[in-house]
Amino acid sequence: MSNPAFEDIPGTYVFTGERAMEGRHLNRFCMSLMNAANRIRFKADERAYLDEWPMSEVQKQAVMNRDFKALVEHGGNIFFVLKIAAVDGRPTQSVAASFAGQSTEQYAAMMRNGGRSPVGLRSIAGRF
Amino acid sequence: MARITAGIGSSHVPAIGAALDGGRTGHPDWAPIFAGYEWSRRWVAEQKPDVVILVYNDHASAFSLDIVPTFALGCADSFQPADEGWGPRRVPVVQGHSKLAWHIATSVVLEEFDLTIMNEMKVDHGLTVPLSLMLGQPDEWPVKVIPLAVNVIQYPTPTANRCFRLGEAIARAVKSYPEDLNVQVWGTGGMSHQLSGERAGLINREWDTRFLDQLTSDPDALRTMSHEEYVREAGSEGMELIMWLTMRGALPPKIRELYRFYHVPASNTAVGHVVFTPQA
Repeated sequence: MSNPAFEDIPGTYVFTGERAMEGRHLNRFCMSLMNAANRIRFKADERAYLDEWPMSEVQKQAVMNRDFKALVEHGGNIFFVLKIAAVDGRPTQSVAASFAGQSTEQYAAMMRNGGRSPVGLRSIAGRF
Repeated sequence: MARITAGIGSSHVPAIGAALDGGRTGHPDWAPIFAGYEWSRRWVAEQKPDVVILVYNDHASAFSLDIVPTFALGCADSFQPADEGWGPRRVPVVQGHSKLAWHIATSVVLEEFDLTIMNEMKVDHGLTVPLSLMLGQPDEWPVKVIPLAVNVIQYPTPTANRCFRLGEAIARAVKSYPEDLNVQVWGTGGMSHQLSGERAGLINREWDTRFLDQLTSDPDALRTMSHEEYVREAGSEGMELIMWLTMRGALPPKIRELYRFYHVPASNTAVGHVVFTPQA
């Protein structure tokens, strides 16, 4: 269900079967935010809404802290967890920036300058 | 008989749709991108395709993770734009071509490509952004569209080679359709980008350029490339580029590149665009 070769790629989360299993309810929760009535309920009391889903405490905390790195590490699929950002009106660039600990401004400037270079970021074992 | 007359590759970045819909096409971040598609907009308008087979991926809009079809072919008469969390894009309803779609489904399933048949499907930016880039902002889309949704967000995704061979099978299906139709195949997604992890923001211009070159010169190199190679070089979402290979597989071995555009960035992504025609 996985592919060990992906583990050699630094700072990269491929959404494998293992991650899908761990993130099953987290991603279902994210999908529920596509419904306007659910968004209102979530915003009114995040904790109470999260408690309706059989998610781990770590996942719930990650949602409340908007810790996207933790969300993806614990089974969140990027396109699903981005729905939490959409509820907040937060742009995708701001989420992407948070993974590398950059400010949105730093990240946007990096993108305008051609993006993050792959040099040295392709392979942990091969160091290239 | 129906003919595939062109293959088009294009990114489908959601922020491009937002810039277009929000009237920001003149903004310095976006103006170069819209300018880069002007040639193709004119060319497609001249070509007047009857049908576009549009290979794209859904981004948690039509499909949750409850059901994950590897290949899903839109056989409906029409496809509504999806609400991706901020209301549906204000673009025309996409008109399908049920007869040709069912013909393709029948032909390729009997060739052992086990597609999912979609009689009801909303379509998100993956499909509507390329339509906007290539066709502008008309009141109605001037072409019928057969959506082919490919799973590229839940591993295991299909191999590049499987995508290519499905394109070949689609070409055989189109060729055996009796009505005279001008058909184009568009492959969308990419180019290099990664939205999550410490490598977020990855762009690999050199690799992207080689990918665009090899679509013409050496598609076998691209169809035999492993998933990890795509992810390593083009980023986790750069995996979307396997969808361009369905377009390439639907074209004959010899093609002519009529147009190319490449730009960094559109938000998080390298934008790539090519126009190919079969070469006799």
